[in-house]
Amino acid sequence: MPILTLTLFLPLVGALVLLFLPKEDADRIRRVTLGFTLATFVASLLILPRFEFGRREIQLIEQAAWIPAVGIQYKVGVDGLSLVLALLTTLLTVLSVLYSFRETHRVKEYNLLFLLLETGMLGVFFALDFFLFYVFWELTLVPMYFLIGIWGGPRREYAAIKFFLYTLVGSLAMLLGILLLYFHLPPGQRTFDVLEILRQRPLAGTGLLAQLAFWGFFLSFAIKVPMWPFHTWLPDAHVEAPTAGSVILAAILLKLGTYGFVRFSLPLFPEVFHQHALLVATLAVIGVIYGALVAMAQTDLKKLVAYSSVNHMGYVMLAVAAAAYAYGRPELADAAATALNGATMEMLAHGIITGALFLVVGVIYDDRTHTRGVDDFGGLWAVLPKYGAVSITAMFASLGLPGLMGFVAEFLIFVGSFSIIPVFTALAALGVVITAAFFLWTIQRIFLGPTNPRWVNLPDLDRREAWTLFPLVVLMIVFGVYPKPLLDIINLASSQLVAMLR
Amino acid sequence: MNWADLRWLVPELVLAAAAVALLGADLVVPADRKRWLGGLALASLVAAGAACAVVLTDLGGLGAPGVRVFADTYTVDAFAVYFKLVALAAVALVVLVSLDYFPGRTPHLGEVFSLLLFSGVGLLLMASASDLILLLLSIEFVSLSSYLLAGFLKRDPKSNEAGVKYFLYGAATTGVMAYGFSLLYGLTGSTILYDIAARLDRAGPAAYLAVGMALAGFGFKVSMVPFHQWTPDVYEGAPTPITAFLSVGPKAAGFAALVRTLSIGVPLEQVNWPVLLAALSAVTMTVGNLLALLQRNLKRMLAYSSIAHAGYVLIALAAWKSAWALQGLLYYLLAYLFMNLGAFFVAIVAAEGTGSDEIPDHAGLSQRAPWVAGAMVVFMLSLTGIPPTAGFFGKFYLFAAAVDAGLLWLAALAVANSVISLYYYVGVLRALYLMPPAAPGPVPVPAGLRVGLLVALIGTLAAGVYPQPVVTFVEVARRLLGS
Repeated sequence: MPILTLTLFLPLVGALVLLFLPKEDADRIRRVTLGFTLATFVASLLILPRFEFGRREIQLIEQAAWIPAVGIQYKVGVDGLSLVLALLTTLLTVLSVLYSFRETHRVKEYNLLFLLLETGMLGVFFALDFFLFYVFWELTLVPMYFLIGIWGGPRREYAAIKFFLYTLVGSLAMLLGILLLYFHLPPGQRTFDVLEILRQRPLAGTGLLAQLAFWGFFLSFAIKVPMWPFHTWLPDAHVEAPTAGSVILAAILLKLGTYGFVRFSLPLFPEVFHQHALLVATLAVIGVIYGALVAMAQTDLKKLVAYSSVNHMGYVMLAVAAAAYAYGRPELADAAATALNGATMEMLAHGIITGALFLVVGVIYDDRTHTRGVDDFGGLWAVLPKYGAVSITAMFASLGLPGLMGFVAEFLIFVGSFSIIPVFTALAALGVVITAAFFLWTIQRIFLGPTNPRWVNLPDLDRREAWTLFPLVVLMIVFGVYPKPLLDIINLASSQLVAMLR
Repeated sequence: MNWADLRWLVPELVLAAAAVALLGADLVVPADRKRWLGGLALASLVAAGAACAVVLTDLGGLGAPGVRVFADTYTVDAFAVYFKLVALAAVALVVLVSLDYFPGRTPHLGEVFSLLLFSGVGLLLMASASDLILLLLSIEFVSLSSYLLAGFLKRDPKSNEAGVKYFLYGAATTGVMAYGFSLLYGLTGSTILYDIAARLDRAGPAAYLAVGMALAGFGFKVSMVPFHQWTPDVYEGAPTPITAFLSVGPKAAGFAALVRTLSIGVPLEQVNWPVLLAALSAVTMTVGNLLALLQRNLKRMLAYSSIAHAGYVLIALAAWKSAWALQGLLYYLLAYLFMNLGAFFVAIVAAEGTGSDEIPDHAGLSQRAPWVAGAMVVFMLSLTGIPPTAGFFGKFYLFAAAVDAGLLWLAALAVANSVISLYYYVGVLRALYLMPPAAPGPVPVPAGLRVGLLVALIGTLAAGVYPQPVVTFVEVARRLLGS
């Protein structure tokens, strides 16, 4: 059974089914959507028993001819890196859809877009053909534009088009990079096959062209991550997007950027990346510190979480830059592998934790208080014990408390990077301090202290909200305490990458 | 002359006969039956399409070289057949939507169909002409019918203005082109492209002048800057189905004629026309896109967008040395046929439903006509170049040609232009989806339009998701051009 193809297109089939349901029947639309996302989640879990845990290479490859005249094929496969990110995607889509049961405005279009988005995201992680990759990469833009633009906050139109324009600039730059790679393969062997291009590295030694292609990919991924100074679309998009949109945006769409760096930029342009690794590390450190400081200054809880994403994605990029800097130095290979393990772990941790944080913001804002000013609350834990416990756990996880998932990731990143680029790593560690400070301060302002009398009658988490949040909290704790099974999978991909970089 | 050669002209003859018949029938058919004339027009278009298929078989199938007939003045090859099919599809789709558009606006329905068929004949001739005089005549043939069509709604001042403006611009640019052709004749002593190519050595600057002047006429047809000024006014004023037709039919045929004239008649060693066209491509796409940003009227916006797309297609001529160039051009024009006709068809529905061509007035159409709005999403994304649509694959092809030919700067400029274009294309989607409906109630979609929209939608998606069949055809058409 072509399990990857099945996983990939189940949501699309769901979207087509929705197309033919009457839009008045909101309940059925919600249930059908949930059914399809659950089925996709199950299908993605079924990849696990087929996955050979001893193999580092990309496996479970499924392929078919598509446009053979120009060397384009349908080709998908997974390795440790894409597998865990795909699982993250299918899980968070289920939770987002479940959370969105409360959405009553244009329900059919809303759910349809989520399903389309899921296929797009999974496609990016599975694709092993640059053309196919590009198609899915772009496919994620359109649903998110509409999700922000229709169901977003007051400045939704501005945020939506800004998001779309920014990311399109990057995508098209990457497209030119892809074409440069393609046309530097020997005529007759031209293909968009990722594995073949990775093997041949057609631009190695071409000087300027390799630089241009590298920066084309860089622009695309850096905007998506987003790295400072390409991050300005993110606060707008995150703040204006509906809760579930923010969740997907933070948890998955940002990972497309870091995934691109790890999957493509590193092994395709190791020399060029090595040359610029310190520049990238600088941007990453600026992102870490700037993101943390700006987050500290926010009074809007959603903005705060948004800027904390800039901070956390900075750690990922620090690790990626460290791995790039280690290129050509075999003695640093182990450190590079550790850094990359940390980077991937942080992608997952940030996905789970920040996904939970946006849900936490949504729970309180969407249909309880309609405010998310950090200073508008106080003593909330006493009123909402379950909600408080969940929120505080997520915030502790985000600031990197040992025993929770975020700590594992950051620890690996710092350990790995420190042997390679110690100064940058030390500076980035400052970010951890600031992050701890603003999250603790936030917890204090919202959950502790005297109870704000306005909110004494708020209801605690209802069953559906609990179902969306508890799985994430459980994962934070489980992988915080016992990350080994996850790390075993991730390490397959990292060690393979480092082997390619030697 | 060899009478047997007329068999290569069957598509043209079928269409011409039908056009004349319609003109006569219009006089005798009673007003309430005139829609049947549209059926006749469609039937003749289908017949001409079938005749094209027969011509292709007579050539010996897709892989066979073309033939030159009538003393080399007329070339029938896979390249020509491709463009003939595109032109026939364009005319057919426009006839289909005209069935619902023109009744109630004019009593002379038969004339509309007849004129559309006549310009179709001109398009077929343009695709094959390999002689300057025949080329000039076929361009004029298309133009004359188009002038009439643009100004067809006599009581509508904007339509009148469109007809007159189109005529004046057309007359001037055709004059310049004719002068350029006469220079080519003076330099070589022949009007046949094959002979010109053979004799155009040591012509020097005069050859550049001749080509430059000839470009005026082609530039007018394809809306290339600086011969584009007529486009917005004519597109806005002409009846919308006619605008739709002008935006794809004459444009595609103009490119066919331009490609044939330059690639066969003007050797690269004599005139370095790719450099010239690289510059024109850059200017055309940039001017079109920047001006499109300012438009509120959907038809004017699509007019500037049509200029921008001419710029993208010109990349193919600039990147001529790449094998991808001509394939890209061929593919792009097919993609453009579907996506642009589709966009204009939606414009018709929107204008009928809201009584306005202004984009903000189309607010909330997604709630009033969900399928039509959904189709518009596909068309706008395709025009922007977002996968998995035909427009994306077309751009992919053209950008690839530019990269392959080493024109990275032009590819980068095209990328920048695509990003700019996203803003105004998505502006339409913003009105349709993000803004609340201005009035309640569903918007009706007449049957002909529904079919037209569906064909455009399926075409845009199918050619984008599975382009291999088209790729096979354009690959062959490229290799066999003029052989």
